[in-house]
Amino acid sequence: MNVRTYVRPTTGWWRRNPWYRAYMLREASSLFVTLYALVLLAGIACLVQGRAAYDGWRAALASPWSIAFHVVALGFFLCHAWSWFAVMPKTMPFVTVGGRRLADRAIVAAGAAAAVGASLLVFVVVWATQP
Amino acid sequence: MQTTRTIAIECMRYNPETDVAPRFQSYDVPFTDDMSVLQGLQYIKDHLDGSLTFRWSCRMAICGSCGGMLNGIPSLTCQSFLRDYHPGGVRVEPLEHFPIVRDLVIDQSDFLAKLESVTPWLVPREPQPPAGEPNRQTPAQMDAYYQYSQCINCLLCYAACPQYALTPAFTGPAALALLHRYNADSRDGGRAQRMEIVNAEEGVWSCTLVGYCSEVCPKGVDPARAINQNKINSTKDYFAHLLMPRGKGGG
Repeated sequence: MNVRTYVRPTTGWWRRNPWYRAYMLREASSLFVTLYALVLLAGIACLVQGRAAYDGWRAALASPWSIAFHVVALGFFLCHAWSWFAVMPKTMPFVTVGGRRLADRAIVAAGAAAAVGASLLVFVVVWATQP
Repeated sequence: MQTTRTIAIECMRYNPETDVAPRFQSYDVPFTDDMSVLQGLQYIKDHLDGSLTFRWSCRMAICGSCGGMLNGIPSLTCQSFLRDYHPGGVRVEPLEHFPIVRDLVIDQSDFLAKLESVTPWLVPREPQPPAGEPNRQTPAQMDAYYQYSQCINCLLCYAACPQYALTPAFTGPAALALLHRYNADSRDGGRAQRMEIVNAEEGVWSCTLVGYCSEVCPKGVDPARAINQNKINSTKDYFAHLLMPRGKGGG
């Protein structure tokens, strides 16, 4: 091309469209997944060290900053889980059930239901086994 | 009888011979409810400013020529209607992530090169004489690739893809969807030839499943699905070569 073409800059690209902003939120949610995993890892490390250490970890978790972090993290976890299942059909080959293609909605619903079910199960088990 | 209203169409203008950077120019266009944005642009060119330059051809969303950004959304101007942008008006810009040649016309040569690179033809499994047996295919076999064959090369998906913006070497949604169209065709035996493109960093692995490409596609091609399914294939290919390094080959 022997014409002086103009290339537009990409700065601020994700602020220009609601789809991109939702995408960036989805990507940011993985940061909170990592942070929460580190919190749980610290808990396991304290558990290994004995009762005193574990109680110290539990006490730290009860602080106002910790509660605030966990509320924010929960919000991002819900975003993370929902967006994960929302894109899951795109990563799978077509599935035929009884001669008809399985709808994306069914895959998303099944995944979300499984996540809710597993969460409820964990919640019930933890609730039932608390001392 | 249709009522005639007026809408402001703001067009990006760029003349490579005189302009350093693009600017905007607004036109007041009378329109009826059945008029597309393309017809609005044609009104401008015919009655208001003959220098406005834009691509179009079929006016029916099959040629892929008229892509542009309408209020920041990748759209076909022939398939978007002025009534939907009234009274706020519509800002028409060239497709994002491509260099601007003039006004609303972009340079798509990068895409054309990528299209050629994906071996976009049926590679026969065995050599066939010209008057050989016709290929046979069940409806289910055609269903496996049909939607990916509907691409009209309109480039809305490239305008939608932030990874193409940030990594210009990315092969991109339409090219990879076409690649998958041939891989998924039961008549084709060229999968091995295409794996190098698939496996490359600029192949499927530059995609982070933003998914906006599939959202803006006017033909329901779903390039996001085509690319992300091939991440599985690429992974399998990687491990196959790891375990059997002496050329698994296989079409």
